Amino acid sequence: MTSETIREEPAAYLAGSAARAPSFARVAAAGLAWLGAGALTYLLPEQGDWPYTAAYAALLAAIGLALILAGILGRVLPRLDERLRVSSPRLVAVAVLLTVWQLVTAKYEILPMPFFPPPQAILEVFLDDWPKLGESIWHSGWLLAGGYVIGAVAGFLTGVSIGWSRAAAYWVHPVLRFVGPLPATAWLPIAFFVFPSSWSASTFLVALATGFPVAILTWSGVASVNSAYYDIARTLGARPRFLILRVAVPAAMPHVFVGLFMGMGASFAVLVVAEMLGVKAGLGWYLQWAQGWAAYANMYAALIVMALAASGLITLLFRLRDRLLAWQKGLVRW
Amino acid sequence: MVAVAALTEDTAAGAPLAIRGVSHEFDIEGTPLPVLDDIDLDVAPGEFVALLGPSGCGKSTLLRLVAGLEPPRAGRILFDGAPVLGPHPSRVVVFQDPTLYPWRTVEGNVSVGLEARGLLRSQRHRVGDALRLVGLDGFARVYPHQLSGGMAQRAALARALVNDPQLLILDEPLGKLDSLTRLTMQSELVSLWQRKGFTALLVTHDVEEALLLASRVVVLSDRPARIKAEVANDLPYPRHRGDPRLAELRHEVLSLLGLDATW
Ligand SMILES: Nc1ncnc2c1ncn2[C@@H]1O[C@H](COP(=O)(O)OP(=O)(O)OP(=O)(O)O)[C@@H](O)[C@H]1O
Ligand SMILES: [Mg+2]
Repeated sequence: MTSETIREEPAAYLAGSAARAPSFARVAAAGLAWLGAGALTYLLPEQGDWPYTAAYAALLAAIGLALILAGILGRVLPRLDERLRVSSPRLVAVAVLLTVWQLVTAKYEILPMPFFPPPQAILEVFLDDWPKLGESIWHSGWLLAGGYVIGAVAGFLTGVSIGWSRAAAYWVHPVLRFVGPLPATAWLPIAFFVFPSSWSASTFLVALATGFPVAILTWSGVASVNSAYYDIARTLGARPRFLILRVAVPAAMPHVFVGLFMGMGASFAVLVVAEMLGVKAGLGWYLQWAQGWAAYANMYAALIVMALAASGLITLLFRLRDRLLAWQKGLVRW
Repeated sequence: MVAVAALTEDTAAGAPLAIRGVSHEFDIEGTPLPVLDDIDLDVAPGEFVALLGPSGCGKSTLLRLVAGLEPPRAGRILFDGAPVLGPHPSRVVVFQDPTLYPWRTVEGNVSVGLEARGLLRSQRHRVGDALRLVGLDGFARVYPHQLSGGMAQRAALARALVNDPQLLILDEPLGKLDSLTRLTMQSELVSLWQRKGFTALLVTHDVEEALLLASRVVVLSDRPARIKAEVANDLPYPRHRGDPRLAELRHEVLSLLGLDATW
């Protein structure tokens, strides 16, 4: 079958041509960088007293060793080798950055101290405070999942109905125009006393923040469907149900995904604010609590977790899109 | 051809089409643009009629009205004795532009008609037959953006044929094909039409194609389109390009189109 098309991005070609050095040397260099970072961390004298310095240095060294080991394994596993070869410059950069961070904080205290903790202080938070952090992740996750799913479904249904039916557009469009641009956080004070619990109030706010962009983009997607798609389906005997579910919705899917991405960004923002101001749980609340106790390392730890979670969710959404919209060419990779 | 035989299992005989005093116009920013002017045309069951006319004269518009996608501003269209009030799968159109659904594979595109009518489960084999007929077996699971222009046009043809129409409406269906594929598809169309006996209404720019395929060629005027002349062609099928009678007819049609001086 001659149907395979080449879907490589130009950037991938460039990286490939620049990276022609023997891969093991590159991977070994990355491993040595991490080992070096570990050694510096362990050996240089510190200004303050950081109980987890040794553990952190050991972690760095372990990563360095693992990289070297993976480099050796890569000689028999070509896919692993390729990944390592591509990412080894970045791995070196991370090791360097971690070392600089180490030097300007714990070692020489160039940055003002309680506000800029060294990496081992953050490791300490992960190792000692994980029950509270884990519970916060769990809470935020549930709140976000509930609100996002409700908002996405409601927004999608609203968008399809106003894109399809003139009557629905007549009634819903003004509401959407009036209420939609209002930032969901503006509803916060009202939501917290109208809803029976702060949890349901926050779910509502997250759903609102998600629903608006999803509705608008679904609507524009349905409204911009090539009318020839309908003509063809109608001459082949399609009824309205088929036209909506099998023509309008799939044709609008690329737009819907733009809405889902925008909604996800908005939902993160609302989630954090809602947790800071109302819900006594979750990562937003953890941040607030850490600030109250001037526990700056805990704040950074929570930020790292948030960044990982948010990035992971966006990646998940990209994966879903790539699966569902495999028929589109020229998709942007995340 | 095996596939042709397979598609003819349940022969839907052609039905008559009557276009009675049809006029149509579009509103372009408030000013009416007359496109069709009092078209009268009768097509007998199983007849193959070709429409020729200058670009932009209203041929595609007439086909849309016959398909039932739009009501005419004046006049009536009767199919099988009943007025055309909307689209129906017995009158299938192959549009000028293939317009495949990009989210469906070729196979998925060809099955749209059966799926829309709930026949896919029982008659799935017809999808494969139609694909074989247009030479796209082997590309069933490919997405439209991976097809060439000619392959897309053939997929669109398969999507229409799989429905076993009584009236096949063809809007320059072979316009985008390379000349070799076009020749093959022309004879495939003729043999398909002969076996199945559907009524066919073909718009084409290619005078030779019109004369090779159709039993009657209708020449339209400039916009708004009026019927300028009709040229009957009773040559037996299969017709041969080199036939002297065909050359005569071609000359006649070209002069009707206003090209006599150069030919
Ligand atoms: N939906 C529409 N709205 C307004 N004007 C239209 C519309 N569709 C067609 N027209 C106009 O009607 C005229 C006839 O169009 P039509 O597509 O029927 O031409 P055609 O004979 O098929 O031309 P061609 O051979 O180039 O395909 C053109 O002038 C076109 O601008
Ligand atoms: Mg046309």
